[in-house]
Amino acid sequence: MKNNSIIEIKQLCKTYAGGFKALKSVNLKINKGEIFALLGPNGAGKTTMISIICGISNPSEGQVTVGGHDILSDYKKTRSLIGLVPQELNTDAFESVWNTVCFSRGLFGKKPNPQYIEQLLKDLSLWDKKDNPMMTLSGGMKRRVMIAKALSHEPEVLFLDEPTAGVDVELRKDMWQQVRKLREAGVTIILTTHYIEEAEEMADRVGVINQGELILVEEKDQLMQKMGSKKLTIELSENHQKLPSSLSSFNLELNKNILTYNFDSKKEDSGICSLLEELVKNNIRFNDINTQKSSLEEIFVALVHKQ
Amino acid sequence: MINFQAIKTIYLFEMARMKRTLGQSVASPVISTSLYFVVFGSAIGSRINEVEGVSYASFIVPGLIMLSVLTNSVTNASFGIYLPRFAGTIYEILSAPISYVEILIGYVGAAATKSIIVGTLILATATLFVDLNIQHPFWMLFFLFLTSITFSLLGFIIGVWADNFEKIQIIPLLVITPLAFLGGSFYSIKMLPPLWQKISMANPVVYLISGFRWSFYNTADVSLNVSLIMISLFLIVCLATVRWIFKTGYRFKS
Repeated sequence: MKNNSIIEIKQLCKTYAGGFKALKSVNLKINKGEIFALLGPNGAGKTTMISIICGISNPSEGQVTVGGHDILSDYKKTRSLIGLVPQELNTDAFESVWNTVCFSRGLFGKKPNPQYIEQLLKDLSLWDKKDNPMMTLSGGMKRRVMIAKALSHEPEVLFLDEPTAGVDVELRKDMWQQVRKLREAGVTIILTTHYIEEAEEMADRVGVINQGELILVEEKDQLMQKMGSKKLTIELSENHQKLPSSLSSFNLELNKNILTYNFDSKKEDSGICSLLEELVKNNIRFNDINTQKSSLEEIFVALVHKQ
Repeated sequence: MINFQAIKTIYLFEMARMKRTLGQSVASPVISTSLYFVVFGSAIGSRINEVEGVSYASFIVPGLIMLSVLTNSVTNASFGIYLPRFAGTIYEILSAPISYVEILIGYVGAAATKSIIVGTLILATATLFVDLNIQHPFWMLFFLFLTSITFSLLGFIIGVWADNFEKIQIIPLLVITPLAFLGGSFYSIKMLPPLWQKISMANPVVYLISGFRWSFYNTADVSLNVSLIMISLFLIVCLATVRWIFKTGYRFKS
């Protein structure tokens, strides 16, 4: 695992001048080539963490290495590896798309490469807008330009800080597609979001941060499996006050005509069969059956509230 | 390793900004200087005797150049670094593999270049109005360069310090311009009553204009050495302040 990680964060703390502790001893390893989703409510410390790794903020304590280099003593090396798409759409209003993307490449010390930039703009459907000043672009287009700027110097690690905030569904799907393509090209991607859907859709691993503490890091699938209980909802034909005692061995909740059964789908016997048999035996009729898997969102809310 | 590409990128980006605002950056100093020549040089100057053996219209040329170079350096450099801070695009510069010194060279270099261009244009404009015979051309260029760089550094500091546009405007308007006017742009300090002569010695711009005028006409209010020492001192103060800014991350990094 160790050789495989591209970013290592050790006991990272950040206390702002006013005394606010934005990060409390965060430890995290990001594997090469993965998509890592950092989830957390507003103000949890997601952006602070990214800002420190990228060099926009200073760490108060702890150490961060990128590609084996320290972010403070070897900042030129680490920053060359990183592309950052910040949360806010801050751009030079008067610059053309082409110029602003080329400017980014130059800042990172790379020789101009018009072919690469052309391909990049085409991939991001920005080619026909290349001569437009930034201020004439829509929010979604600006977001694409921000991504183009971050990719202009061919980084190995891409930080996407809330990439799809305020972006419509179609564009969001489009961006997910882009991100997957980048991963295929070997780019490590760290994205922060509070759209759980996004993490669920894309991430290999998920980290949950709340009040400056990393409370969980898991493979997404495992997390969903581990925490993902299933729920069977049965709509009964008529209201019932009480259930027959033979049903008491099941974990049931009754609310008028809605009967809910919580079960673990991973177990060999989910108990659904015997439950339904019991219902028929007791002559309790039902109209509809529905099962639900808990989403990452529910897991997330449960985790954050447990704190 | 020095990131020359990044320095070049910032420098060219800033120079491109000047090109975009050509009227504001170049035309306005040239026009306002021409107005000074018409009003002070021709209209009023024709009634003033020679100053220190130089015709009044010629006498004010070095002061006028300095006046523009000072305000331009401060304004250009302060806007150059304040705009990305204001627009939020500074994130990109901070996250790029660039050292503070490289950032400084890019921004201050571009601002100083603009000032030198403006200074040269004013000098060229002046030749349309008066006959100029520069006695020490090397020293003239030396003062022009040193002043542009020093005051661009000051502008950079102001651009880092300012947190609104008002602060950016206020220094050139309320500090630099009055100091330049009272620093002997339009008169020799020796023309003042003794008390005011003494007070003027506290004005750093006096030494700049005096030295610059010496390079033109071989006459000065203070000796060349004093001028050089004062400019160097000012340069050192600016560099020390910039060093402190970078060391603490003041207004750059939280």
